[in-house]
Amino acid sequence: MENNFKQVNHNVIKVDGVSLVTGGHVYADDIDIRGMLYAAILWSPHAHARIKKIDVSKAKALPGVETVLTHKDVPRIPFTTAGQGYPEPSPYDTFILDDKVRFVGDRVAAVAAVTPEIAAKAVSLIEVEYEVLPAVLDARKAMDKGAPVIHDEKEAVIPIPVHYEPEKNLAAHVDMEVGSVKKGIEEADVVLDYEYETHYATHVPMEPHVVITWLDENARLVIRTSTQVPFHVRRMVSRALDIPVKNIRVIKPRIGGGFGGKQEILIEDLCSALTLKTGKPVRIFYTRKEEFMSSRTRHPQVIRLKTGIKKDGTLTAVDLKILMNTGAYGSHALTVLSNSGSKLLPLWRCQNVKFWGDTVYTNLPVGGAYRGYGATQSYFAMGIQIDEMAERIKMDVVEFCKKNHIRTGEGSPVFQALGEGKAGVEQKIGSCGLAECIELGAKEIGWKEKREKYADLRKSPGRYKKGVGMVALMQGSSIPEIDMGAASLKMNEDGSFNMLLGATDLGTGSDTIFAQMVAEVLGLDAHKVIVYSSDTDMTPFDVGAYASSTTYLSGYAVIKAAEKVKEQILKVAAEMLDEEWENLTIGDGKVTGRNGSKTLSEIAIYSLYEKNQFQIASHASHITHKSPPPFSAHYAEVEVDTWTGKVKVVKYVAAVDCGTPINPKLAEGQTEGAVVNALSYALTERYIFDDKGKMLNPSLNYFKIFSTADMPELKTILVPTYEETGPFGAKSVSEIGINGPLPAISNAIYNAVGGARMRKAPFTPEAVLAVIEAKK
Amino acid sequence: MKIKFELNGNPAEWEIKPGEVLLDTLRRLGLKGAKEGCRQGECGCCTVLLDGKPINSCLLVTALVAGRKLLTIEGVTPPKKKDLSHKKELHPIQQAYLESGAVQCGYCTPGMVLSTKALLDKNPSPTEEEIKKALEGVLCRCTGYSKIIDAVKLSAEKLSDGK
Repeated sequence: MENNFKQVNHNVIKVDGVSLVTGGHVYADDIDIRGMLYAAILWSPHAHARIKKIDVSKAKALPGVETVLTHKDVPRIPFTTAGQGYPEPSPYDTFILDDKVRFVGDRVAAVAAVTPEIAAKAVSLIEVEYEVLPAVLDARKAMDKGAPVIHDEKEAVIPIPVHYEPEKNLAAHVDMEVGSVKKGIEEADVVLDYEYETHYATHVPMEPHVVITWLDENARLVIRTSTQVPFHVRRMVSRALDIPVKNIRVIKPRIGGGFGGKQEILIEDLCSALTLKTGKPVRIFYTRKEEFMSSRTRHPQVIRLKTGIKKDGTLTAVDLKILMNTGAYGSHALTVLSNSGSKLLPLWRCQNVKFWGDTVYTNLPVGGAYRGYGATQSYFAMGIQIDEMAERIKMDVVEFCKKNHIRTGEGSPVFQALGEGKAGVEQKIGSCGLAECIELGAKEIGWKEKREKYADLRKSPGRYKKGVGMVALMQGSSIPEIDMGAASLKMNEDGSFNMLLGATDLGTGSDTIFAQMVAEVLGLDAHKVIVYSSDTDMTPFDVGAYASSTTYLSGYAVIKAAEKVKEQILKVAAEMLDEEWENLTIGDGKVTGRNGSKTLSEIAIYSLYEKNQFQIASHASHITHKSPPPFSAHYAEVEVDTWTGKVKVVKYVAAVDCGTPINPKLAEGQTEGAVVNALSYALTERYIFDDKGKMLNPSLNYFKIFSTADMPELKTILVPTYEETGPFGAKSVSEIGINGPLPAISNAIYNAVGGARMRKAPFTPEAVLAVIEAKK
Repeated sequence: MKIKFELNGNPAEWEIKPGEVLLDTLRRLGLKGAKEGCRQGECGCCTVLLDGKPINSCLLVTALVAGRKLLTIEGVTPPKKKDLSHKKELHPIQQAYLESGAVQCGYCTPGMVLSTKALLDKNPSPTEEEIKKALEGVLCRCTGYSKIIDAVKLSAEKLSDGK
C-alpha cells in the first residue's frame, strides 16, 4: 500500500535502545536502596493441605531476620491476582497468605531479612504441621461427585454476575449457540468429532518476577515492579492490604519480558505487606525454580470438537466443547476460556456454531494470561480438524481456508455473543489480508510441490520423512468498550516533547512506536520525543499491556494528544506570523505559512517566555468500539525421524496482516518471538508432575525453550492492510503468532508420516513414535 | 579478601566476600549490566568474558578472576567523550543490534553482545551455523533469535568495514 508516512511505517531505532544495549540500570532490580531487606518465601510441599500449626519462633530468632509473616499476620481479604479491568471477571479466591494451601508451590509464609542467605535460612526454620487433604490432580475428575472442594472458604466470590460454583470446583462457565448445530450436523456430508489436549507451559521471561517496595518520605507505599499492569497493581494491592489507593505509587521501569506472566499481581501484595510490617524497603526476586512452580502458566485444555462439512467445502456446523484447567486459583479462568471461542469461531464462515466451556479448579499450578490467551489452545484443535476436513473431501487445505474465512465487510454473531465476562461487541471486519497471507506463505514454503511430494515420499522406505502443514489465524486488537488508554504530552523549549504514558512497554517497543506516532503528527524526528512509561503518580491511566491492545488502543490516545498539541502549536505560530492558524502547515521541525516559518523551538520559547505565555500540553484518552483482528497464515516444514520420533522444524513461514506496521522490524520481531516461543511449546516445553502434583522439572535444563542452535529457517512476511479505526491504519501483532506452530507442526507431521494425527501436545519423540507405531 | 585483575582494560583491585559469585560481586559494585535470570548457568543473561571467553558469571566464584582479564558489557562501550554530554559511543556490535531490531526487552542483550564479541574476535566472518553455535548459551524469549542472528552478521560487516 502506498503511503507518505515519514516516521511511522519506518524502522526507527528503539528510543530506549542505547540504555538496553549498554547494560544500563533500567530494570526493577537495578537500583540500590540503602537498608533494603531480602524476602524469601516458604512454599507448600503439598498439593492440598490445611495448615494446622505454624511455628515461626526459630526463624524469628535468627539474627538478621526482621519479620516473618504467616496467615495470622495479614488481612484476610479475598482478591484476584489477575490484572484485569474493574470489576474483574476473575474470582476473588486468593489471600495474601492463607491457612490452606492448594498446590505444590502455594505460599505458606514469608521472611524478610538483611541478606538473601539469612532469609533462606530462616524459611528453613519455619515449622509447619499440615493436615494433608485429598487432591484433585486431573481436570476431568474435578467436578466428579465427592471430589475434594478446593475453594471451600466462604469468602470466595466473583465480582461480576456470572456463573461461579466453587463448591463444584467450577471456576467459570461459558456457553452460546448461534443457528442450530443439530441442523448443521444433519446437513453435513462429512462429520468429524475428535478430542484434543493442550499442556501446561509457562512464560519464561528472562527477567524473573521482581519487586522492590518501600515507604517514601510521606509514608506512602512505593512499589517498583516488573509489571504489565501498574494501575491494576495499585488497585489490587489497595484492596488486599486495605490501604487507600492514594497511599500507593506503582513504578514500572524497563521490564525484561512478560508475555502475560506479568499481567498478574503475583508478589506485589506480599512484598508490600513485608514493607508495611517492617517500615523498610524489601525485595522479592523470584528464582527460576519459583518462576516455574509458583508463577502462572498457560491453562491446559481438553477440547472436543465436532464439525460438519459439505462435499464442496461449506462448513455447516462447529461444535466446540472445552474443559479448561485453571489450577488452584481462578486467574483469568473465565476470559481465557471465552477467548478460546471468540478469537477462533468468527474466523470461519458458518451458520451453526456452538460453544460450551467449563473451567475447573485443580490442585495444580495456576493458569493465567499467556500470549495467545486461550486462542493458542483452540486453534490447535480447529487447525488440525480443518486439515482433516479438507483431506476428507479431497480439497487442498489452502483452498479450504481461502473459501471459508471471514472477509472484509462481514461480521460474525460470535463477536456479539462472546465478550469478556459480559456480552461482546458487534463488529464488521474493516481490513483483512488473510487471502494474501495464505498465498504468500504458500509460495514461500513451496506448498503445492512439497505437499504432494512429501505425501508420496511417506509411502517409500527410509528413516527420515518430511512434511508441510499450515494453519490460518486471527486474534483481536484490545477489548472493545472495556479497555482504556491515555497519554499526556508537553512541549519543551528546544522543540522536544515529553510524553507520559500509562501504557507499559515491557520490551515490546511500544514506547518507540508511540514516539513515531507523535513524530508523524508533529512532523519531527521520533527521537525528539522523550517517552516515560509508567508511574501511577505521574502518568495517566492505562489498563496496561495485554489483550493485544497497546498499539491499537493506546496508540490512538497518543495521536489524539499529539493532534491537540499540534493545534496549540499552530495557534502560537499564527500569533507569531500574524496569519490564520488554519493556513499553516507543520513539518520538518517547523511551522510554515505565507509570512515565513518558525521552528518548533522558537514557538516553544515564545509560548513559555515571550507573550501570552502558557504550557503547550495536552492529554487524551481512547476507548475502542471494535477489536479488529489481525490475520495470519503459518506454514511449517518438518523432518520426522521415524526411528526415534524426533521432529525437527526445517522451515517456518509466518505471513501476517497487522494493518500498517508502525515499525516493521519491531512487528517482525513480535511475530518471530511468538513463533519461536510456540515452536518449543509444541516440541519440548512441558511440565512433568509426580503422582502428588509436584512439578519435577522446574529448571531451564529440563524445561527446554529454544536457543539459537534449535532455530529453523524462519521467514516473516508482513502483509500490510489499512485498518481505518486504527492509529495510522495499525492493528495488533503481538499475540497472533503464538497460535500457529501447534497446529501447523501437527499437520506437517501428518503430511510426513500419515496415519494417526498428533491431537495431544507436545510432540515429544516418545509421543510421535507412539503415533508412528500405532499406524503400523 | 582482595583480588587484582584486569577489568574492562584497566587494572582493578576488588574487596570480595569469600565464596561470593562473580554476578553478585559485579552487581554489588555497581556493574549491573550482567543480569540474573536463573543463577544456575542455564540462561546466559549474566554472561561476561573471562580472558575473551563467554562464561556465566553466576557460576564463577569471584576469587577465580584474580590475575585474569574480565570484560563486562560496561567495557564494550568505549569510554565516554571528554565533553559533558555523557553520550554513549556505541561499539559496532551494539549499533548492529539496534539497527537489526535485535533488542526487545534487552535483558539478554548484554550476554548476546558479549557472546557476539567473543565469536567475532576469533572468527571475523562466521557462518550462520557458527553464529548459532556461539550464541546458544544465551536464551532470549522475546525476539525468536532471527534478528539477533542478523545483528551478528551486520556486526561482522561493520567490523570488517572498520578495519
